[in-house]
Amino acid sequence: MKRPLVMGAVAYAPKVVTIWEGFKEYFRRHDFEFDFILYSNYERQVEAQIDGAIDIAWNSPLAWVRAERMARARGQSVRAVAMRDTDCDLTSVLVVRNNSAISELSGLNGKIVGFGAIDSPQANLIPLDHLRAQGMVAGRDFTAKRFDLLSGKHGDHIGGERDAALALMAGEIDATWMIDGNHLAFSREGILPASATRIIARTGAYDHCNFTTSPNAPEQLVTHFVELLLGMAWDNPEVRPLLELEGLKAWRAGRTSGYALLDRAVNDEQFYDAKGNILAIDYRY
Amino acid sequence: MTSNFTTQKEISLPSIIDIENLGLDAGAHLLIKHGLCGVSVGGEILVSGSAPGWEAQLAAWCRAQGHPLTFTDGKAHIIRSDIHAGRWRGATQTGHADLLQTGAVHEHALPCYGLAARGATVEAGAPEFAFRLNQKHEVWTDSAADLYAQAVAAQWNPELAIDWNAPFELADEVEDAVAQVMTYMIENENAALVVPARFLGQMHPHFREVQAVLAIQVADEARHIDVFTRRLRLHGREPALSTAGGQASLKTLLDEPDFSVAGFLLSVLGEGTFVSLLNFLHEHGPDPVTRQICRLAARDEARHVAFGMAHLLRRLEHEPEFRSRLAQAVETRNDTLSATAGLNEEVFDALILLAAGEFTPAAIATGYARVQTLMTDMAEGRLARLLRLGFEGKTAQRLAALHTRNFM
Ligand SMILES: [Fe+2]
Ligand SMILES: [Fe+2]
Repeated sequence: MKRPLVMGAVAYAPKVVTIWEGFKEYFRRHDFEFDFILYSNYERQVEAQIDGAIDIAWNSPLAWVRAERMARARGQSVRAVAMRDTDCDLTSVLVVRNNSAISELSGLNGKIVGFGAIDSPQANLIPLDHLRAQGMVAGRDFTAKRFDLLSGKHGDHIGGERDAALALMAGEIDATWMIDGNHLAFSREGILPASATRIIARTGAYDHCNFTTSPNAPEQLVTHFVELLLGMAWDNPEVRPLLELEGLKAWRAGRTSGYALLDRAVNDEQFYDAKGNILAIDYRY
Repeated sequence: MTSNFTTQKEISLPSIIDIENLGLDAGAHLLIKHGLCGVSVGGEILVSGSAPGWEAQLAAWCRAQGHPLTFTDGKAHIIRSDIHAGRWRGATQTGHADLLQTGAVHEHALPCYGLAARGATVEAGAPEFAFRLNQKHEVWTDSAADLYAQAVAAQWNPELAIDWNAPFELADEVEDAVAQVMTYMIENENAALVVPARFLGQMHPHFREVQAVLAIQVADEARHIDVFTRRLRLHGREPALSTAGGQASLKTLLDEPDFSVAGFLLSVLGEGTFVSLLNFLHEHGPDPVTRQICRLAARDEARHVAFGMAHLLRRLEHEPEFRSRLAQAVETRNDTLSATAGLNEEVFDALILLAAGEFTPAAIATGYARVQTLMTDMAEGRLARLLRLGFEGKTAQRLAALHTRNFM
C-alpha cells in the first residue's frame, strides 16, 4: 500500500465520522491513499501537527492561528491550502430584541451581553475584540455572559450560540452575538421569531476553517489532495451529499488574508501567546 | 455613433428588488430568489433594503446559496450562480401524473424514483427503494383509477348504514349457526385483507392508481371484519370453530408471490365465489342485520372481483401464454389441498340452518335446497369468469370444478 496522507479532524459532532469516511471513499476511488485521525479538541490536533503525527489538519480559524504561531516559533511554517466557499468573509452580528431600547453599542453600558464558547472565534473572541476596539470592555462597561458548550471545539458546535439566542428571547440577557448565517438559521428553526430581533452591530469580515498542512507534510501528496478536493463538483450526485454535510458548494484554494481580525483578538484577549502557548486561564478542553 | 446608441439600448439595466424593511429572518429571501429567477446564470440583480443589519443577513444568505455578492452605494449586487442548477443535472423524470399523457406510466419503475409523486423530477443520488413489484405489466390495470373512484364513492359507515337495533329473535340453534358462519367469513376476510396489504407494501408507488385500489380494498376488508364481528357479538356469542382445512386453503393464497396469480385465485375465483355467498345471505339470512351487512359487503366484493378481472384481462391480452400459468396455479392449489377436508362441515350445516331460519324438518328441507342452489350459482359464476378470461370451454369447466371447497 502507498503511504497515505493522514489528516486530523476534530469530532465536534457524530456526523464528522460520516463526513470523513465519505471523503476517504472518494479519495480511494481516485486512487489516492488517505486516512484520518479524529481528535476531541483542536488544541491536541494542532500539537499533533507540530509533533508530525498528522500531515494535514482540518482546522478552525483559531487552530490555524495557533498552528501558525507554534510553527513560526520553531522556525517552521504551515500553509492554508484549501477552504470552503462558505468559509470566506463571514461576519458576526450583535442582536437585541426588537423591542429593546438599545440601538447602538453605547447602549450596552451596564447591560448583559451573551457570548458563545470561550474558544469560539465567531461568538467570543472576534466579538470581544470588536467591542474593545469601540472602547467597550467586558467586565468594565458591560457584563459578558458566556454560553460555554463543548470547549476545545472552537465554537464548531453552535449549541452555545443557540443557547444564547434562547436566553435573549427569554429576557435573561440584553444582547447576544452569533454568526450572520446563524441569525438566519435560528430564525428558520423558530428560536428567533421573525422580526423579533434586530441587528445593532456587525464585526468586520473574517475567514473560517481551512486545511492546514503540518510543517513537514509530504509536498506531492498535499498537492494531489488539494487537486482532488477542488475537483469535487456539486453537480456530481456521488459527492454532493458530502459537500452538503460539510456545508459547502465548492472548495477553494486556501488564503490567509482573512485571519487578521482573529489574530488581533487572540492577542488582545490573551488567548495564546506569540508562540502559541495557551494563556486563557479558564479554558478547559 | 449609431452603433453606440444601439448598444446602449441593448443593455438592460439590472432589476432592483427593494425588500424595504423586511428582514431575511422574516422571509425577504423569497423576494430575492424571485428576482434571481428573472435573470439568467451570470446575470445580476440589485437589492436594496432598510431593515437593521439586512446587509449581514443578505451576505450570509448569498454565501450559503453560492451567489457572489458585492455592495456599492448602499445597494447589493448579486450575481446569479449556476450552482443550483447543478443539483438537477442528471435528474430523472418519472413519467406524468396525468394518465392521458404519453409515457405517463413507465414500463419499468426504477428504484430511484422512490416515493416521489409520479411525474416528479428526482435528484440524482436519491436513495433506491427495493419495491419488488416494479414492472407495469405485472400490476397495471387500465380501469384502476375509475374503480378507485367508485370505491371511494361507495364507502359506507357501519354505524349509519346498518340498523343494529332492528328487533329480531332467533332460535338458539340458528343464532349459533350465524356465529359459525360469521366466524368462517371473518377468517376469509382476514385473507382478503392480508393478501392485497402485502402486495401494497411491495408495489412501486409509481403505479399509484393500482396502489390506491389495493389500499381501499384493504380498508373494505377491515370494515367487513368489523361488521361480521359485531353481528357475531350482537347476541353475546363468541366466535365458533376454525378448521385446519379452511386455514390451509387460505394459506395457499398468502403463499402466492405473483400479483396476477394471487389476484386470480383470491379475487376472480375466491371473492367471486364469495359474492354468491353474500348474495345468498342477503336473500336468505335469518335476521335483518345479517341481511343488511351481507348486502353491503357483496357490493364491495363485486368491485374487488371487477378489479381482479380487469387486471387479468389486460395481462392476458399482452401475455396470452400467462393463461397456462393461471391454470397451473389452480391445479397446484388443488393438489396442495387434496389432503384437507375442504369446507368446514360446521359451516355447511350452519348455512343450511341459516337458510332454514328455524329448527323444523320442513324449514331444513328448504334450507338444504337453497344451499344446493348456492353451490350451483357459485360454480356457474366461476365458469363464466373463466370463460371471460379466455379459457377454452373444457379447461374452464375443469378449473371451475377444481376450485377449493372452502369457497375462498
Ligand atoms: Fe371482504
Ligand atoms: Fe374482498
